[in-house]
Amino acid sequence: MDAKVEWPMTDTAKISVKDLNFYYGRFHALKHINMEIPDKKVTAFIGPSGCGKSTLLRTFNRMFELYPEQRAEGQITVDGQNVLDRGLDVSLIRAKVGMVFQKPTPFPMSIYDNIAFGVKLFESLSRVEMDERVEWALKKAALWNEVKDKLGQSGSGLSGGQQQRLCIARGIAIKPEVLLLDEPCSALDPISTGKIEELIDELKSDYTVLIVTHNMQQAARCSDYTAYMYLGDLIEFGPTRELFMKPKRRETEDYITGRFG
Amino acid sequence: MTEKHLSSQFDAELSAVSTRVLEMGGMVEAQVAQAVHALANFSTEVAQQVIATEEKVNQLEVDIDRDLSAIIARRQPTARDLRLLIAISKTTGNLERVGDEAARIARTVQHLVSTGVSSRMRLPVSDVSFEAGLATTSLRRALDAFARLDVNQALQVIKQDNEIDAEFDGLLRKLITYMMEDPRTISASIDLVFVAKAIERVGDHAKNLAEQIIYIVKGTDVRHNSVDVIESAVK
Repeated sequence: MDAKVEWPMTDTAKISVKDLNFYYGRFHALKHINMEIPDKKVTAFIGPSGCGKSTLLRTFNRMFELYPEQRAEGQITVDGQNVLDRGLDVSLIRAKVGMVFQKPTPFPMSIYDNIAFGVKLFESLSRVEMDERVEWALKKAALWNEVKDKLGQSGSGLSGGQQQRLCIARGIAIKPEVLLLDEPCSALDPISTGKIEELIDELKSDYTVLIVTHNMQQAARCSDYTAYMYLGDLIEFGPTRELFMKPKRRETEDYITGRFG
Repeated sequence: MTEKHLSSQFDAELSAVSTRVLEMGGMVEAQVAQAVHALANFSTEVAQQVIATEEKVNQLEVDIDRDLSAIIARRQPTARDLRLLIAISKTTGNLERVGDEAARIARTVQHLVSTGVSSRMRLPVSDVSFEAGLATTSLRRALDAFARLDVNQALQVIKQDNEIDAEFDGLLRKLITYMMEDPRTISASIDLVFVAKAIERVGDHAKNLAEQIIYIVKGTDVRHNSVDVIESAVK
């Protein structure tokens, strides 16, 4: 099935996906995905397990290339540059398209170094500039007040929610333009989840945020656009408000109302 | 709702609240019919029964709203389910007002009787009964349409409202003629104007119910639109 975006797009596109197909060996995991992801908005991807939402997210920064049997065909253009173009340096793509994973993955180093580490790969900053960058990122991730007195301590000593915000701080420290969040709250309690959602809302003024979530209510709460995927197809993509109130397709309605089975 | 949710408890909750709406609808429909019966027979006793039912209707409205809040809080419904619950909330408001109109008619009957008007006075009571018949039929059809989520029947109810409005206008002209011919009927005629207006409002509420059914099924808010626009939304 060739999914169509039936909703009028009023926002300008940051990422444009054209006829994207993805394979795990012989398994066809994403089928002819076409979509325009709006700039400086939060776009959520929902769908049952195995629908391809995480796979799709991992194509945006070529994260899948870590595994040799996986390949993507088609086009994903970010600001006119095709991310899938083999000639493009993958580390430059990842500097532009940052990612935060389901499980908090702090590096085994201090809170400060967790953030400085990535920055050092792309920029040579003075000590003062680096201090400023670390503080900026931690403030942006709403973590500064909780860790400012223990920047030298290990990142793994933080709570799950704090670790996840540390990972988000690390992700934004290199000043990417797009932030990919793969189930960022699935291991967190409701309070930490609330903080991350609050953060997502603030981040969208500077970044284009893409979030994969199993939690439909989370998509409804914190995204501007929602894409519903099923078995590798993009079934429906539109403004979150509309999609949760009056979806255009029956399959979407069945899923979001819990009639899916 | 035909297709089942993964959670059968959710299905049970939605079906229970829908059943209570129908129960409330049946109650106010009977109230209107009884009120008109009281008028036709100048019966203060029947009028008193109508007034007594109002309390039960009010209580049902409060109970249903409480159920709705509980479902929304616990289930976070979306799409059609959410539209159903919002529509039910509006529907109970409308039904409660139908009950108010019935009580208004009943109180008018009591007033008529207490001022010494009897069936011997020439008044167009049968015309009022006819208008009331149209309005209660509309209300019953709207409730049936709600039970079956039948948008075509809902559309018929919306169309029928014009008929009730026309009947009201005709009745008003007739009552004016009565008052001009025999000034002794003025007081009673004015009471009948209020009754006729109350019945006309019942028809409006039936129409509002029908609009909510279209909202549930089609997701389109058709309030304050012309019949043509509503018709194209249903198609």
